Amino acid sequence: MAGGIKKFVVGSFSDEKVLFPAVKNVRKAGYKIHDVYTPFPVHGLDHAMGIRETSIHTAGFIYATIGTLTAFGFITWILVYDWPLNFGGKPHFSLPAWIPIMFELTVLFSAIGMVLTFCYLCTLAPFVKKHHFSLAATDDKFVMAIECTDKTNDADVQNFLKTAGAENINVQVAETGWWIGTYNKEQKLYHTPQG
Amino acid sequence: MNHHFELPGTYKKWTLGLLIVGLAALLWGFIMYHPFEHAGHGENINSTRFWAVLLQNSTYWLLVVNTSMFFICITTMAHGGWQVTLRRVPEAISSLVPVLGLITLVILIALVFGNRTDIYHWLDKDAVNNDKILYGKKGFLSPGFFLIFSVISVGLWALIGKKMRSMSLQSDKEGHMDYETGKKWIWKNTVWASLFTVVFTLTVGSTLPWLWLMSIDAHWYSTMYSWYTFASTFVSGLSLIAIFVIYLKNQGQLEYVNDEHLHDLGKFMFAFSIFWAYLWFSQYMLIWYSNQPEETRYFIDRIGTAEKGGPYRGLFFLNLILNFLAPLLLMMKKAPKRNWTAMMFLSIMIVFGHWIDFYQMVMPGALHEHAEMNFFEFGIAALFIGIIMWGVGRYISKNSLLASNHPYIKESMIHHT
Repeated sequence: MAGGIKKFVVGSFSDEKVLFPAVKNVRKAGYKIHDVYTPFPVHGLDHAMGIRETSIHTAGFIYATIGTLTAFGFITWILVYDWPLNFGGKPHFSLPAWIPIMFELTVLFSAIGMVLTFCYLCTLAPFVKKHHFSLAATDDKFVMAIECTDKTNDADVQNFLKTAGAENINVQVAETGWWIGTYNKEQKLYHTPQG
Repeated sequence: MNHHFELPGTYKKWTLGLLIVGLAALLWGFIMYHPFEHAGHGENINSTRFWAVLLQNSTYWLLVVNTSMFFICITTMAHGGWQVTLRRVPEAISSLVPVLGLITLVILIALVFGNRTDIYHWLDKDAVNNDKILYGKKGFLSPGFFLIFSVISVGLWALIGKKMRSMSLQSDKEGHMDYETGKKWIWKNTVWASLFTVVFTLTVGSTLPWLWLMSIDAHWYSTMYSWYTFASTFVSGLSLIAIFVIYLKNQGQLEYVNDEHLHDLGKFMFAFSIFWAYLWFSQYMLIWYSNQPEETRYFIDRIGTAEKGGPYRGLFFLNLILNFLAPLLLMMKKAPKRNWTAMMFLSIMIVFGHWIDFYQMVMPGALHEHAEMNFFEFGIAALFIGIIMWGVGRYISKNSLLASNHPYIKESMIHHT
């Protein structure tokens, strides 16, 4: 349950064409966008939100290298030290024959490693629950959550979002991290202030 | 902006310079290497060297320029839009197929009618009749089949390529296409592109490299060989496209080509470098694994045995470094693929690397330990590069550099990955 409880101003957009200038204006006004939830991947949105390029391919490269070295080390240990066999008079250390296996383990390690890293970064796992700002984001709305600090006047933010073209604007106090739970049950984690 | 390109003086100077160097090398070869002196295998090394170098360069550069048309055809068939802004560059390169094809055919005809048994061992009639393996290949490796098939292949590439180019150039004159005309035009392009791809696969992809190059080692065979040659030439062809794109961009042309298009070309080069290595390795490993004398011969001629290294050992591994390890490690990240200078460097490296690849495909079978890499080899390469520069320069200065009426042009302009 990392992250802590924070206050958010949430607005929904029904069109990408409105969303993009809104994202730009909100950032220009100095508000901090917590995240934008969309029903489908929106091309170029990450760029507009100023999210940095992912490093998952660097992680993939590292996993791949580990895979290559694992295969190489393991086969070397078996066929050269632990249980040397004679295959048609070939030397015990026969690199060409091992390359297919080294290649396969490279691919396997990088693929599985990257999937797991991706799940970790998105906190996706069974029985891990996160707060939904608006369920409409799973249907047809683009939902933007703006994070409030102590100094933010949420009435200002609400007005700002309204002029930017948002609908269903509301204020939510929410846990930003994850907790153990399921989505078929409502859980009261903390007291929600009225209004 | 006007998409008409005036060739700058330096380009013309370089073209002329390379052609002069190349012709000087050719003349030198004619005088010093006695090309028409008859020679059996290993009897007149200089004469063999002359023809082997011509064979290596003509087949290499012909197959490289021909892959430009293949590139256009596969992107057309896939309904790809991203390449349309730079499409005139591969078109210009492919306009050299008839020229280089003719040169290659002249060389092949000279080899066959000059009875160059030092290069094509199967031309020797006594040897064929007394050799079980060569006798079994008699139908395929015979002068008649060799020449007829070569002429048909080169002719079809030239003709269908010409049709593809003329459709593209025709669209410049006809003005903007409406939806129905555009649809029809794309369909017509797709049909011709499919025809070219079928011909291309039946020639470069399966039989022609067997005839032209693999038959130098007449006893040896590898079913992987043609694909391997195709991969080699396709990746060099993509690099050649990249070289001209970067050059033209530097000259302030190709207004709509940006980092995204270069990135895509880079991805293609990266992918096909790995594809080449995959085929290289598959060919090597199967032969190494089964360890049969008639198959391992090919590699013994090149890298030698564990006890005694062959004369081509250095080149053989340089080949692997230039064409696989260097592209793999240098092009893996996104940044170098979007960097115009780095891409220029990598493209030149790949074109050179595969020239080396062809060198070690041709020379060991013909010259064994007598091969050299000297003024003559590089001079003939310069001649072919000069011809390519001349042809490309002619095409791009005569025609608009932007296929402005192509129905997918907008898709290409706003392309981003």
